[in-house]
Amino acid sequence: MSQGSGSVLVGIYQPGTTLLHRLPVGVKVVALGVLSLSIVLVRSMPASFAFLAVALLLVSVARVRLRTLWRAARSILLLAAFVAAFQWWWYGGAKAIESFVDLVTLALAAVVVTATTSVNAMLDAVVRWLGPFRRIGVKPERVALAFALAIGALPGTVTLAHETRDAARARGLGRHPRAYLSPFVIRVVARAMETGDALHARGIGDD
Amino acid sequence: MPRIEFDRAGVVVPLPGDGGSRVVLEPTTLELTEHRIGVIGANGSGKSTLARMLNGLVLATTGSVRVDGLDVRRDAAAVRRTVGFCFTDPAAQLVMPTCVEDIELSLRRQEKSPSRRRELALAVLDENGLLEHAHDSVHSLSGGQKQMLALAGVLAVRPSLVVADEPTTLLDLANTRRVGDLLFDLEQQLMLVTHDLDLARRCDRVLVVADARVTFDGDADEAVEHYVTSVSA
Repeated sequence: MSQGSGSVLVGIYQPGTTLLHRLPVGVKVVALGVLSLSIVLVRSMPASFAFLAVALLLVSVARVRLRTLWRAARSILLLAAFVAAFQWWWYGGAKAIESFVDLVTLALAAVVVTATTSVNAMLDAVVRWLGPFRRIGVKPERVALAFALAIGALPGTVTLAHETRDAARARGLGRHPRAYLSPFVIRVVARAMETGDALHARGIGDD
Repeated sequence: MPRIEFDRAGVVVPLPGDGGSRVVLEPTTLELTEHRIGVIGANGSGKSTLARMLNGLVLATTGSVRVDGLDVRRDAAAVRRTVGFCFTDPAAQLVMPTCVEDIELSLRRQEKSPSRRRELALAVLDENGLLEHAHDSVHSLSGGQKQMLALAGVLAVRPSLVVADEPTTLLDLANTRRVGDLLFDLEQQLMLVTHDLDLARRCDRVLVVADARVTFDGDADEAVEHYVTSVSA
């Protein structure tokens, strides 16, 4: 098993009984939307730090472990640093700090929602929200399943990428993109077909 | 035990390009009521096709297949509730981030209450010795644990027949024994496709498949002997 593949998006959910764990999924998602919109609309340095303080308070209330926080937010930190560097060069230091803080705040808020909401709870919510659209032919269970598969497929695909790269290196073809990309694409398609068979066999999507 | 009936059931698949076709399984007639049924044979012989026909993953192009009176083609959804299927590679079967969530996915159709579903899923994990991994990522498990979890997901919905297609091929000796013991302790009917002749010998009836045909059908020891002799010849 390739290192780190299992940490992509998965394992961020932390079972618990904090106030944020007990809040309905809808409330958390709407709150995340309101916070995100506010961050975009209210443009000032004090406001940015106030939003960051709110996000940190939520992290503390949800008792998100530091390791989880780091694992989930490190890629966003890289992106935020890149954006901030660009803005520093283009608009100056104040704007760069504001953008960096805003992006970190958004990442923290998203991690809080993910860490306090299981994927199944999110699926149940998606099924409920899409319920009224059944009359126009939407199948909420299938939409929810598509979400679950999208989340679940990512770490598996990363593992396949690592395995295929290692196989290419073992044959001394590490520098040949075709020796890596062709088998990788074939394996991803094969894995998708196997997963389809497995879902079919489990009767998932029959409803 | 459910009654498995193959009535001249065969599979022919078209070949790409020249309009030709290939026989994957010759028309086969069988009636299987034993508790544990083994299927052995070489790679590409047609044994997985035979197993996959039991829950509609492969549909017969001639004849019909029935499980417990249900026609696999006509009563597809009911058949899938009756027949649980376990694949060789568990990684393809585990689609949710954590162990407990993957079991919950299996239970979604029969239990609508999220809290009750969680209770049931934890109980299933406990029964299969995986409770301590309930909230672990499915990708962090060992190969043996993944196969046990995949089996637990199948057994969670209490199928009457469990079909396992080479479930121990990717496992080490200890995990092969663990998965084998789990399968042979099941109350449900079992169809086990395997290359492990020790496991095959534990079955009540064994089919040997070669060149898209069932070439032997009967006692486990005799079937293994027949297979070994045919390979050596």
